Amino acid sequence: MRKLFKTGEIYLWFTGAVLGLIILMVAGLLFIVSLNGVGVFWPSNLAEVKYSDGRVLLGEIKEEEEIPQSALPEKYRDETQKRFQMKIGNRDVYGSDFRWVSTYELNELYYPDDAICIERREFGNLYGRLAGIKDNGVFIAQGGSAITTFKTLLDKSNEVFDRKYQLEKNEIGKINYDIEQQRLRIKKLKFYGQDDPVTVLSIEKTIADLENKYKVLQGEVDELNVKTSSLSVVVTLADGSQKEIELSKAIRFYQPNGMNVFEKTKYYSVKVHEFLFDDPRESNTEGGVFPAIFGTVMMVLLMTVFVVPFGVMAALYLREYAKQGLMVRLTRIAVNNLAGVPSIVFGIFGLGFFVYACGGTIDALFYPDRLPTPTWGTGGILWASLTLSLLTVPVVIVATEEALAAVPRGARDASLALGATKWQTTWRVVLPASTPGILTGVILAMARGAGEVAPLMITGVVKLAPNLPLDTSFPFFHLDRKFMHLGFHIYDVGFQSPNVEAAKPMVFMTALLLILIVLMLNLTAIIIRARLRKKYKGSAF
Amino acid sequence: MIDKKTEIKSEASADKHLSKSEAEPQNDFSGGINLASTRSRTKIVTKDVNMFYGEQQALINISLEILQNEVTALIGPSGCGKSTYLRLFNRMNDLVDGVTIQGQIWIDGKDIYHKDTDVVDLRKKVGMIFQKSNPFPKSIYENVAYGPRVNGENSAEKLDEIVERCLRKAALWDEVKDRLKISAYSLSGGQQQRLCIARALAVDPDVLLMDEPCSALDPIATQKIEDLIKELKHDYTIVIVTHNMQQAARVSDKTAFMWLGKMIEFNETKKIFTSPDQKMTEDYITGRFG
Repeated sequence: MRKLFKTGEIYLWFTGAVLGLIILMVAGLLFIVSLNGVGVFWPSNLAEVKYSDGRVLLGEIKEEEEIPQSALPEKYRDETQKRFQMKIGNRDVYGSDFRWVSTYELNELYYPDDAICIERREFGNLYGRLAGIKDNGVFIAQGGSAITTFKTLLDKSNEVFDRKYQLEKNEIGKINYDIEQQRLRIKKLKFYGQDDPVTVLSIEKTIADLENKYKVLQGEVDELNVKTSSLSVVVTLADGSQKEIELSKAIRFYQPNGMNVFEKTKYYSVKVHEFLFDDPRESNTEGGVFPAIFGTVMMVLLMTVFVVPFGVMAALYLREYAKQGLMVRLTRIAVNNLAGVPSIVFGIFGLGFFVYACGGTIDALFYPDRLPTPTWGTGGILWASLTLSLLTVPVVIVATEEALAAVPRGARDASLALGATKWQTTWRVVLPASTPGILTGVILAMARGAGEVAPLMITGVVKLAPNLPLDTSFPFFHLDRKFMHLGFHIYDVGFQSPNVEAAKPMVFMTALLLILIVLMLNLTAIIIRARLRKKYKGSAF
Repeated sequence: MIDKKTEIKSEASADKHLSKSEAEPQNDFSGGINLASTRSRTKIVTKDVNMFYGEQQALINISLEILQNEVTALIGPSGCGKSTYLRLFNRMNDLVDGVTIQGQIWIDGKDIYHKDTDVVDLRKKVGMIFQKSNPFPKSIYENVAYGPRVNGENSAEKLDEIVERCLRKAALWDEVKDRLKISAYSLSGGQQQRLCIARALAVDPDVLLMDEPCSALDPIATQKIEDLIKELKHDYTIVIVTHNMQQAARVSDKTAFMWLGKMIEFNETKKIFTSPDQKMTEDYITGRFG
C-alpha cells in the first residue's frame, strides 16, 4: 500500500477513475435521451383492459411499475401488484390522454387484432375499432372492407389536404405578404407627403389585383374543402359507444396488433420523416419540428459568420500587434471573464443594445412610417445571432490566440526575411497555419451557441413562427423575422404545453435531434480541420 | 517600431554594378569613419557594434569588413554571438524584444540602422537561410513564388520564369520540375533546404546570410549545399555561420572566429586554419576548447 503511494501509481488510478466517471455520465445522458427518443415513433401494441366492474379501456401501455405495499388496499397486501400508465387517447371524449390502471382492479388484459389507432389533426389519437365509412351520413363501407375503403379515401383526402395546405401557406401567404408590402408603401408615401393620387391609385390597383388573386385561391381552397367534407369515419370506442369524425381530420391510421416488424418499421420511417420535415401541430406536441431545425441551423450559421471575423481580428491584435503588457493582460482577463457571464445577461444586453438601441435606431431612421409597429426594433434572427456571437466570442478569441501562439517562429522569420511586411506575413503565413486551431474555437462556439436558449427567448425566438427566415419572397433573407429553435422547443413543449404528458416523448426526440444537429455541425468543422491539418502535416517549422 | 514606412531611395539596383566594380561605397551617414581605407569590393562594413539583450551584452565592439562575392564564415563555440551577429545584417534582431544596438553597419555604403532605412527593402536585398529548413505549408512553386508575390508580382509568366530560374540556381530544378504543385513537405530535408535557398534567391538579393544551413542535414545533402554555396558566390556575397570547422575550411574565403561576443580573429580562411595569429583561435580549431 505504501509502495502504491510512493510510486504515485495510485494517483494515476484516480485520474483514470475520474475520467471514466465523466465518460460514464456523458454516455448515460446520451443513452437515456436516445432510449426515450428513438422509441417514440415505434407503434406500440394496443391493449384492451376489462375492469372487474365492467368498464373497458383501450390504449397503449406506456409505463409499468410495481405498486408499493403501502399504496395497496388491505385485501391485496403481500401480493405483487402492478400498475400501468395507459395512453387512452380520445381526448375529445375522455378529456385526458392518460390513465393509471392497477392490475388488481382488472379482470382481463388482451391485444385485440382489430384495434385501430387513427392519428388526427386535432385532439390527438383516436383508439377504437373501425365501424365504417359514411358519405353524407350513409354507410358506404362497413366491417372488414371498410379498412380498404378507408385507406383509399384517406390517401385522397391527404392529397387534397396537402394541396390545400400548400395553397394556404405558400401561395396565399405570399399574396398576403405582397399586399402588406404594398400597404406599407402607401403608408410610407403618406408619411413623407409624396402620396400623389396617381401613384396611390396605381398601388391600390396592385392591391386590388392581389386581392382578386387571393379570392381565386381562396375559392380553390373552399372547393377542396367541399370535396372531402361529406365523408366521415365511424369508430366504435372501447366502451361500445360510437364516435364519428370527419375523414379529412384523420392523417393516417394503423392496426399495430396485426403488424409485423417490417410494417412497423415502415410506419416508423413515415413518422420520422414527418418529424423532420413537417410543421408542428397541436401547439407543437405533434407533427414535425422542421421550422425549429431550420431556425437552429440558420441561427448557428449566422452566428458563426459574425463571430469568426470578430474573434479572429480581436485575437490577431491581442497576440500579434498589441504591445504585451499590463493592458493586454487585463484585456485577456476581461475576455476570459466574459465567457463566465450568465447567458441570460447577454440576452438582456442583446435586447437592450441590439433590439432596442440598434433596431430602434434603424426603425427611426429608415422605417419611421411604420412606427409604432417595429420592423427591426423587435426580436429577430439577426439580433439573436448577434447576441449569441457576443456570448461565444471569448471562446473564439482564446482558441485563436492559442493557435497563433503555436505558429512557429521559423514560419514568421522565413516570411519576414523575404521582405514581407508584418501584415503580409500574418495574412499569408500565420493565419493559414493557424486555421485548424481557429476551427477548434469555432467548433466550441457552435456547440455552445446551438445549445443556448435563455438569451434567445428575449431576442427573437418564438413558440410558433408563421414563416421561415428564408423564403421565396424578396429579399429572401428575412433577418428581421422571429424564428423557432430546437432548444426553446424543448422548453416550450416540455414545460409550457397544456398537455405535458403527451408531449414528453417529443421532448426526448427533440433533445436527441438537437444533439445530432450539433454533432453534425461539429463533424463538418472537424472534417475541414482534419483536411487542413493533413495539409500542414510534417511541418518542419 | 520595426516597419519604418519612410522609403529610402533605393539606389541599390542602380548602384550595384558601380559599387561592385569600382565605386567606393557611398555613405551619407558615415559619421566620420575613414572610408578611404575600405577597398572597392567592400560589401558590408561593421563598425564598433555592441548589442545587448536587456542588460546582458551579447556582442562587444565588433568591427568587420565583408567583401563582395566572397564567402565569409563565422565560427566559434555555441553562444558566442555569431548567429546574433549574422541576424544584424537583415535586422532580424529587431523582432526580439529588449534588444539595443550600438555602432554602425553599412551595406553598400548605406547605414542599415539609420532611421530612414526601410527594413522591408533591406530584407529583400539581404536574404536569409535558416538553420532548420522552414518551407511554408504550400506547394514547391508557391514557396519560391512567395517572395515575388508579396512584392506585388502577379504575372504568371514572370513567376514561372522566376521559379524556374531560382530552382535551377539552387540545383533543385531537375529533381522537382515534374511536381512543382505538390507540397514542399514531401521533399527530403536537403531538398527542403535547397528550396529555402531558391525561395531566398527569388527576391533577387545581393547578400545571402546562412545560419548553420547544414546542421540538420546528412553528409550527402551537406555536400550538395556546399557545392551550391561555391556556385552561388559568383553572384552573391555570402555570410555563413557554421559549427563545422571543416565546412568553414571547405567553402569560405575568409573566416572570423568569435568568442563570448568578441571578434577574436578575422583573416583568410587558409591562414586561420594553418597559422592563426591568436593562440585562442588555434586552441579552438585544434579542439582544445569549445
